[in-house]
Amino acid sequence: MMIWVNQIVQGILLGGYYAVIACGLSFMFSVMRIINLAHGSLAIVAAFGLYVLADQFGFDPFGALIVVLPAMAVIGWVLQRTILERSQRGGMLVPILSTFGLSIVIDNLLFEHFGADTRSLAPYIDELSWDSWQLTDDIAIGKLAAITFVTAVVILGGLQLFLTRTQLGRAIRATAEDPDTVGLIGINARRVNAAAAAIAMLTVGIAGAFLGMRATFDPYAGGPQLIFAFEAAVIGGAGSLWGTLIGGIVLGVAQSIGAQINPQGFLITGHVVFLVVLLARLHVDQIGTRFRKTVRRSA
Amino acid sequence: MSLDQTIRIERWTPLSRAAILIAALVLVLLAAGPLLFSNNAVDKLTTLFIYVMLAVCWNALAGYGGLVSVGQQAFFGLGAYAAVRLADAGLSVYPALVIAAVLVAIVSLPISAFMLRLKGGEFAIGMWVVAALCHLLVNLDSLVQGETGTSLIALNAYEADTRHALTYWVALGSMTAILAILFALLRSRVGSAIQAIRDNEEAAASVGVRVMSTKRIIFVFAAFGAALAGALWLATAITFQPKTYFGVQWTAYMIFMVLVGGLGTFEGAILGAVIFFVIEAWFGASGVWYLVGLGATALVFALFLPRGLWGWLERRYDLALLPLGYRVTIGGQPPSRERTPQGGPAAPAPTGNAG
Repeated sequence: MMIWVNQIVQGILLGGYYAVIACGLSFMFSVMRIINLAHGSLAIVAAFGLYVLADQFGFDPFGALIVVLPAMAVIGWVLQRTILERSQRGGMLVPILSTFGLSIVIDNLLFEHFGADTRSLAPYIDELSWDSWQLTDDIAIGKLAAITFVTAVVILGGLQLFLTRTQLGRAIRATAEDPDTVGLIGINARRVNAAAAAIAMLTVGIAGAFLGMRATFDPYAGGPQLIFAFEAAVIGGAGSLWGTLIGGIVLGVAQSIGAQINPQGFLITGHVVFLVVLLARLHVDQIGTRFRKTVRRSA
Repeated sequence: MSLDQTIRIERWTPLSRAAILIAALVLVLLAAGPLLFSNNAVDKLTTLFIYVMLAVCWNALAGYGGLVSVGQQAFFGLGAYAAVRLADAGLSVYPALVIAAVLVAIVSLPISAFMLRLKGGEFAIGMWVVAALCHLLVNLDSLVQGETGTSLIALNAYEADTRHALTYWVALGSMTAILAILFALLRSRVGSAIQAIRDNEEAAASVGVRVMSTKRIIFVFAAFGAALAGALWLATAITFQPKTYFGVQWTAYMIFMVLVGGLGTFEGAILGAVIFFVIEAWFGASGVWYLVGLGATALVFALFLPRGLWGWLERRYDLALLPLGYRVTIGGQPPSRERTPQGGPAAPAPTGNAG
């Protein structure tokens, strides 16, 4: 019995990580209506960036974020101004095709440079990677998992405050509403979208950091991360900004319970729960629609 | 300008008649392939036929149906897996390849009920999830032994020369059938309906197009084609390792072929498959950089030439080899072609950001 309780607790904590990687995907979709298929690959880029800084320059992975996060923001800005902006003008299909092409380029460039070895940031964060608080005999909460979860809450709360309380946040909401009309009131939609992409990539950078510390990664790990982010975003999509967190938790709990049932069950259960939620929502609006409304209404 | 210009609507042109005739001749010539070429050349051509099937089916889904899937490897892998299973159950190998594809087409029906509710990028990644799930479930089968895989040992019953020739003929026949079915499909009401849905789903529904069932036809067709291609790939490769068949690189190849050849053009997908075949022969050995090049080329084509090489040729020279649409000629002078593309750079996006 306690084994199952433990699996649920671990699943909830894992959900924190999924919320971190999913919120950038949802955010970009709600603002620019683009699903960035290179999302996962960019998280892996951040993870490799941290790895290089830790491995070759002796940075602490948390400290290295001071370098990597601004770099990710710049990547987001450039990505929007070069590829995404042009893709958006080409209609519905082009963003999917261009970002998928980009993900192939990124994955294989990483492979070319770093090879097939799996890496981890765990060796560079010392006891944090395994230290935990023992709650009962059967339940322990990993410190890293707890930090990840708290970070997810902070990011989501921060995003919400940012969207409601700041000038730029309001501009982003207005642009999401109607990119053509905001020009009339002196908002440069192109710059606002680029800023939104930069913010989304900040969250991707944080996701990459936690992925690297929590587990191992290799150059082709971007695809699975994109799938997890997408599943969490879709499962939680019917809710609010916080729906991403709920989606992440549902996915995480499903996976850890599945893993308890069968060693192969981790991924299978996650995918099946995603499809079941999809079936349940057959008649409900798409992902993002509600989310977008929430962004506008600012909850 | 006189007012008595005759307006004629035509489908067949002298050029398209010639093109069909030449295509038929080429197919007849190809049918004699195993009698003329070496085993090596026969194998290479078999691979080309499979690429053509993959490109044509992905193009049917994305270029005509507006449904970009990054999960067609699900059906590719399932086709190969079903063939392994059927052969293991004692079915003769070559019929098993085709029956496997039919079974996968049946399986794709319930999948379509889920997936066709999704739009755009959601459909794209949703299909990827389906592919990942199919991969994991196939791994559970004890016959497959997880990632170790298995092989189509029943093929050992054939002598090498016979095997190469048979696989070649089945692949050629399958490709011809896929092309013919799609050609007929696109000329029928379904063809007009699916393109109307691609261009504007709400507007199509408002004029009485049955959106769901039309999308389903094209989805099942694409699944069938991918599964047949997968089963044929198994017949050439013999070994079945789930990771190879369910890999997302298949989708990358399909996207590359269709984008370079011409998204939403019948001839373009075939051209793209031929280009991909040649590029692979030249650069395939350079490994990772080859894949970087494929991704970068797809990216550049998506951004700057979304109708691909054929789309460009078509517009530039008013080419129409295959009579898929209708042409309006006024006094013998054809105006610009009326196969309006979606996703062209000039088409304004519904949520354009021209702030």
